[in-house]
Amino acid sequence: MGPVLELRQVSKAFGASRVVEEVSLEIPRGSFFSLLGPSGCGKTTTLRLVAGFERPDEGEIRLNGAPIGHLKPYERNVSTVFQNYALFPHLTVRGNIEFGLKRRPAGERARRVRKAIEMVRLEGKEDRKPSEISGGERQRVALARSLVVEPEVLLLDEPLAALDPALRKQMRAELKDLQRRTGISFLFVTHDQEEALALSDTIAVMRNGRIEQTGTPEEIYLRPRTRFVANFMGAMNWIDGAGVRPEAMRVMRGPAPSGVRWAQAEVTAAAFLGNLIHLEARLPDGACVTAEMSRLDGSFAPGERVTLWWRQQDELKFPDEPA
Amino acid sequence: MRTIRTIFLAPSALAMLLLVAAPMGIVLIYSFLSRGVYGGIEWPLTLENWRRLADPLYLHILARTIALAAAATALCLVLGFPLALFISRAGPRKNLYLYLVILPFWTSFLVRTYAWMFLLRETGVINVVLMGLGLIREPLGMLYTPGAVLVGLVYGHLPFMVLPLYAALERLDRSLLEAAADLGARPWQAALRVLVPLAAPGIRAGSVLVFIPCLGAYLTPDLLGGSKTVMAGNLIQNQFTQARDWPFGSAAALALMAIILTLLVAWVRREKEPLL
Repeated sequence: MGPVLELRQVSKAFGASRVVEEVSLEIPRGSFFSLLGPSGCGKTTTLRLVAGFERPDEGEIRLNGAPIGHLKPYERNVSTVFQNYALFPHLTVRGNIEFGLKRRPAGERARRVRKAIEMVRLEGKEDRKPSEISGGERQRVALARSLVVEPEVLLLDEPLAALDPALRKQMRAELKDLQRRTGISFLFVTHDQEEALALSDTIAVMRNGRIEQTGTPEEIYLRPRTRFVANFMGAMNWIDGAGVRPEAMRVMRGPAPSGVRWAQAEVTAAAFLGNLIHLEARLPDGACVTAEMSRLDGSFAPGERVTLWWRQQDELKFPDEPA
Repeated sequence: MRTIRTIFLAPSALAMLLLVAAPMGIVLIYSFLSRGVYGGIEWPLTLENWRRLADPLYLHILARTIALAAAATALCLVLGFPLALFISRAGPRKNLYLYLVILPFWTSFLVRTYAWMFLLRETGVINVVLMGLGLIREPLGMLYTPGAVLVGLVYGHLPFMVLPLYAALERLDRSLLEAAADLGARPWQAALRVLVPLAAPGIRAGSVLVFIPCLGAYLTPDLLGGSKTVMAGNLIQNQFTQARDWPFGSAAALALMAIILTLLVAWVRREKEPLL
């Protein structure tokens, strides 16, 4: 079977600003696909094009192989979880969840709503209004409301952004679990690279309306194709034009092992973060380097002279791009 | 604190007492007195004025009043809702449109009602134009009909419906309509299932603001309805002027107020929501 959702050379402009430019994507059936990028990169507009809230200027959007670019939102079998959830304030939790099932027979409707409520663990809250439940619960109502209509693709617009950090981590796990259990394809928009790495089967990194790179989390993190992707996916040390991730940077006293790349440095700061130590050091040329190391690998004090070393395969190079 | 509150509330309390409570008390007393020969009031005390209200003639006027006020409210709602929705989405032009909605208030209501007479009468603008176009041969008898009164009431009270509706719709989160469409609701279904329920406070407020003044209207039915479409307001006014029956006028005025109050209380009880 082909991809459940396919975008071919899709472009969208608002006035003079070209928000989405020639975006092509293929979302494999049953997968968790993330659109990752900084704010204003066009990821939310891409999502809205799929939902049907915007019409593409150019290009084609296909759902199960059939073009849907001309269809109204209510004619497309996709469903959106909005960033602010957009729950209907005048309806109860149950009323919200069954909103999309109005044309189904009452028995089936009740059964599906009950199943959805169980799935997101909202039993006992059915008769509450959205204003009477917590942020995490609202999030789950929004998910249930969209999942209950069994969309071909579930579109999620930064659904975790409004939650506090502890809840966000918990909801992240629940989201992944829901996706696995339902088998529904998720198209997930986020600016949080950690979130995208933790959840996705495939990530597409967007920048200025274009797809910069598409790949698995490992590919995107370990083999970024551009300097932008490398920097966006995590902290980066730039030494002689090569990038080294802080966790690939090793610290020791005395000479470096043979066969590795190394540099002398002076420790300028060491922060104990509990599970790891965040070390800052200065190279002889004045450049600052950060290393993340296990507390089991020793401790270093500011002012101490150390050897930094890393394996050559951990270096990221972008010869085509100016430094 | 208490003294400060008392000091600041005293003027309005005094005004309410002198300008509302006292006259009402006087009207209440009048309603139990007898009619003076040349107007005014005379002894003895009587229940006759209240008894006369049950006369089918007056009940008929009351029924017509309620029907016209209800029809005017419904028409204002039907006309006002799309208008308020349009204004709430007009972006930077919002203020201009709101300004246009309240613009008629800058001229006297009397003058504007006269303008309707010029439009509707047999030699009026509408008839002249229709005859000039050859669409009709005889002028239409539009003035001095219940329809003319209805048009006048709707015209005069439309802004009182549009403004609260606008306030309710303007606050509405657009993404709710997107969510409705996303879940398969066609535009008219989204309107019925999301827009109307969420605009309910505005609908309630607007309906009350239109219905109550319409019940008490007397200028519009007087000028556009003539002697054939008398409403409760005209009846009451007549008792104090031509008929010189102050006690009966007082009883009728109080009865109308009581009816309005009863309707409102019943509604609030049923809706379990604040009225405004």
